[in-house]
Order: sequence, then structure tokens, then C-alpha cells
Amino acid sequence: MVLLEAIILSVIAASTPLLLAASGELVVERSGVLNLGVEGMMIMGAACGFTGAWLTGSTAVGALFGIAAGVAMAAVFALLTLGLAVNQVATGLALTILGIGLSGLIGAGFVGEKITPAASLYIPFLTDMPVVGRILFGQDAFVYFSIALIVAIWCFLYRTRAGLILRAVGDNHTSAHALGYPVLKIRLLAVLFGGACAGLGGAFLPLAYTPFFIPGMTAGRGWIALALVVFASWRPGRLVGGAYLFGAVTILQLHAQALGLGVPSQLMSSLPYLATVIVLVLISRARGTSGSAAPASLGMVFVPDR
Amino acid sequence: MKKLMMTAAVAALAIAATSLSASAADKLKVGFVYLGPIGDFGWTYQHEVGRRNLVKALGDKIETTYLENVSEGPDSERSIEQLARTGHKLIFTTSFGYMDPTLKVAKRFPKVMFEHATGFKRAPNMATYSGRFYEGRYIQGEIAAKMSKKGVLGYIASFPIPEVISGINATMLGAQTVNPNIKVKIIWVNSWFDPGKEADAAKALVDQGADVLMQHTDSPAAMQIAAQRGIYAFGQDSDMIKFGPKVQLTAIVNNWAPYYIERTQAALNGSWKTSDTWGGLKSKLVVMAPYTNMPDDVKKAAQQTEAAIIAGTLHPFKCPIVAQDGKTVDCKGGTHLSDEQILSMNFYVKGIDEKFPGK
Repeated sequence: MVLLEAIILSVIAASTPLLLAASGELVVERSGVLNLGVEGMMIMGAACGFTGAWLTGSTAVGALFGIAAGVAMAAVFALLTLGLAVNQVATGLALTILGIGLSGLIGAGFVGEKITPAASLYIPFLTDMPVVGRILFGQDAFVYFSIALIVAIWCFLYRTRAGLILRAVGDNHTSAHALGYPVLKIRLLAVLFGGACAGLGGAFLPLAYTPFFIPGMTAGRGWIALALVVFASWRPGRLVGGAYLFGAVTILQLHAQALGLGVPSQLMSSLPYLATVIVLVLISRARGTSGSAAPASLGMVFVPDR
Repeated sequence: MKKLMMTAAVAALAIAATSLSASAADKLKVGFVYLGPIGDFGWTYQHEVGRRNLVKALGDKIETTYLENVSEGPDSERSIEQLARTGHKLIFTTSFGYMDPTLKVAKRFPKVMFEHATGFKRAPNMATYSGRFYEGRYIQGEIAAKMSKKGVLGYIASFPIPEVISGINATMLGAQTVNPNIKVKIIWVNSWFDPGKEADAAKALVDQGADVLMQHTDSPAAMQIAAQRGIYAFGQDSDMIKFGPKVQLTAIVNNWAPYYIERTQAALNGSWKTSDTWGGLKSKLVVMAPYTNMPDDVKKAAQQTEAAIIAGTLHPFKCPIVAQDGKTVDCKGGTHLSDEQILSMNFYVKGIDEKFPGK
């Protein structure tokens, strides 16, 4: 039982950065913009988040720095793709490369420094409950926020008029424009929101997961977040499932190795990817939504004609 | 502080590059290819420290360039060739996976001298160098067995290549001299550098009962988990005491500077020849960080073992070596396994329960 609790705690920690970054990207793509720069925004969030926390000693300030860094990166992306109508794929890739380089520069002076990791919630009696206590009532703020965030996104997309408009912009920007909706403004807000989420997801790494900064510490998590959005067929519910499934298989394969089950470790390491892709594709097929689920205007440049 | 030093180094390089550009043609251009970022605080960082010391020692006669974050495979071939094309006469490629790319480029540029770390393929213009890290691992195994209460060690491994395998075996052989029933749990993360995954692996090992952690991956993530959980750990590549001041027992520190200076000097003198250098504790290519957080008797024993290895009276792979399947391994080096056998090690020693990767 103690082992099970430990495993679940590790799974939550491993899944949270993916969920945070993917949540933002889901909104961005729902508005019809494909931002491949998630990895770059995350690593900038990690570098600036660490810087903020190191300078002030406060996790909250660190998180805000991370969010600000993500928003700043997203603003560059928005300026190019929305303002100047540059190709989104190329710009997104460039954003990743820029982020990796710039974060290394910013973080260079902080390598080898350490900070106090984010505090965990503690409620007497509730947190002390066996097995479920720490899982439900002993997490750090990032974890609770990531869950609240995806619920809020679901409510926004499916239960508000603004969400409906955002989806309409993503599905057919010409019609939305004809109806009088400010397509580029809506997309700008979505892109900035996506940047904030990616920055926060990146900041989670040095603030809570492994409390130090090292260049390249996101190690491809931004790309996984991107893939999760696609395989979750742009639906918030499936995104949570996908992120946690990926985290769970990642941790379980490590435990399986420590138990000495004798399965080749190379296969074990690829399991999270395989399992997540297969499960999410199967769900999409079962619901008959594969292929048609993508926002119809995704990745297309929009230039309003007066 | 480090940032200052780096800025200073960069500034020094810049000044050297501009003020002496007239004589730049006479200067030997030395190139370095790194696997990770120079700030990884591990493998690449130590090579970078070596390069900086090289600049300090011979800075007026050489000009250095480094490329970081060069992934193994085709990308590295392009990077190495780029250095060769731009007039670098001596090129250090610092990861196992650069072996074949380095060899290919070496064949195309017969007048350029290549130095490849941790590999086994050589050419008239391609030398190899590495550290006998297993010597340090043997000492760590001995310490670990003494410090472990449960008799279970946790080992975070990267890729199943001979260097990593020989490290695991040396650890176990050292540990078995203290506790013949010692157990080791091994997790392969299939990456040299992924702090999150290394931390997850460390957590998994601790959750499954390991109470001393060792790693063959490059970030200090595992050391931090050890500090959080209050168990002992060993640093890797560089002294990681900062990340676990109360839990680091010692660390294997890679000290490349003397080798880089010696080889660059040879290239300057024109006496450079291909060679196969494998330095250990004796030649100070492998250095043990201070023995900390352990009782005096454990410390004393560790120092004695270290002294014995340096004196040559103790070899971690002294025969007979019994493999996992119970068969005694051929003893090709006389009283111990030959270097060849250690460099191509593809078996676990007896006492390791895990299945050998890929078998």
C-alpha cells in the first residue's frame, strides 16, 4: 500500500508539467493556430521561473516569472504568425530553437544553484489519512491548479459563448470574420494563454519536480505535450486521461525495471509513447471522431480582407 | 561566480582572438565536441573544465572552439567535419556515440589529429582516451555496502554499453567484499541526461527499498532526491556535494585537464602519435571527491582501498571473476581481467539478480 501511494505520487508529479503545457496548446489549436514552440516556451519558463524563485526565494514569484517568460515567447510567435502572417510551422520550430538557446544563456549563471522546492498542502487529519491522504490533500499548488485549469478550459469551451466563438474561429476563420468576430484578436489571446500555460508547465520542473536549473532540462516534454493534444483529438477530458496515462506508464516501467521483471529496458522506455498513442487512437476510433476532430482552420494563415 | 568565470573565459578568448588575429595562422586550433550543454554539471561540464584549464595553460599558443549539445549520430559527423574544415588540427570528440563519425571524418582528413573519448576504434590519426571509472566504482561499492542498512543498493544506469556494465560489476565486486549477500536494483533510463526521468528513477528505487543510490547518468537530480528522502548517494562525473551536503558519500570526478594539456603540447611539438590512454586513480584522470557523511572507519577503509588501487596491489577485477550464470570468466590479464575484457564487458557478475540487458 505504501508503495502504491509512492507510485501514484510520482505519477502525479510526472504528469503535471505535461498537462499544464498541453492544456494551453489545446486552447491555441482550438482557435486554429498551430504553435510548435511549446518546448521552447517551456524551457524559457523553466529558466525564468528558476531565476525568479532564486532571486526572491518565493515559488509564487518564480511561477509568475515562468508565466511571463512563456507569454513573452508566445507574443513573439503571435507577432510573426498573426501580425505578419508568417508560416506557423516554421515559426513554431524557430521558437523552440530560440527558447533552448536563450534559456541556456539566462540560466547559465544559475547552474549549480538550488532553491527550496514548492511547499505541499498540509491539512491536519486529512493529509494524514492512510494511502489517499497525501494523494488528495498533500500536493503542491501546481497540481491543484493544473486540474482546476483543465476543468475551467472545458467549461469555457463548451459552456460559454466566448468558448463557442473561439471554436468557431478555429473551425472556419472566414465565416467567423464575416460574422464580425475579431479573428486575429481572439487568436492572439489564445496564443498568449497557451504561452502562459507552457511557461508555467516549464516552471514546474525547476520549482517543484527537480529543484535546480540545468539547460535543456525539459528534455522533450514540450513535444510530448503537443502530441498529447493531437492524440486526445483536441478534447480536454481525453487530454487529462492521456497526460496521466503517459505519466503512469513512465513511472510504472521504472518500477517494473527495479523489480527485475527482465523485459528489455529499451522496450520499457518506449512503452509510455506506445501505450498513450494506442489508447487515445482507439478511443477516437471507437467514437468515430478520428480525423474529423481537428479544428478545420488549424495551421492556416488568416489575413482579413477589410 | 561561475558565470563570472565563464564571462572572463569568453572575454579572454575574444581578446585573444582579436588582438592576435595577425598571428592566428601560427596558432594551433583545437576543437571540442560536447554531447550535452556545458552547464550540465556532469559529463560535459567536466570536459569543459578540462578545456578551460587547457586554455589557461597553453592559451598563448592555441585557439579553442567548442560545440555543445551535439547529438550522437549523423549530426555529430557533420559537426566534427565542420571543425576539421575550418582549420582545427586537433579535435577532441567527447562521447562514446561519436566513435564511428569520428573515424569516418578522420579518414577524410588524414592530417588532422583526432582524439575520441571512451571508444575503442583507432586510426593513425585518431587516438582514444578514457578513464578507469570502474576503480572509483569499486571503492563506492565498498562504502555503499557498509552504509546500507537494508543491503539494497539502487543504481540508475543510462545505456547498456561496456563502460556502464563494468561500472555496475565493479560496484558489486566492491560491495561483496563487505556483504556477500548485497543486492542491487538497476533502472535503465535509456538517456544520459533527463533530470526529470533520473529523479523518477531515483524515487522508484527508494520506494522499492534501496537505501544507497548511485548513478551513471549526468544530472544531479538523483542526488537531490536522496537529500529529500534522507538516504546516501554518490555523485557522478563531478562533485555534487552542493546538491546533497548531508548525503553525498563521495563522487567520481573526471579530471581531463592533464590529458588535454599533455596531448595538445604533443601536437604543438609535433610529437603527437595515435595512442590508447586509459588513465585511472593513479594518473589522476579519475579523482575521488572528499569522503563525507560516513564514520571514520569507513572513510579510512575507503582511503586504504584507494591507495591499494593506486599502488597496483588491488585490481577491482582480480580473478577469479564469476559471471551471473555461475561460470568463471577466462582470466586474460594474468591476475586480473585484461583491459580488453573490461572494455568489452558484456556480462553481469554473480550476485546481480537482474537479467542482463539484451540477453
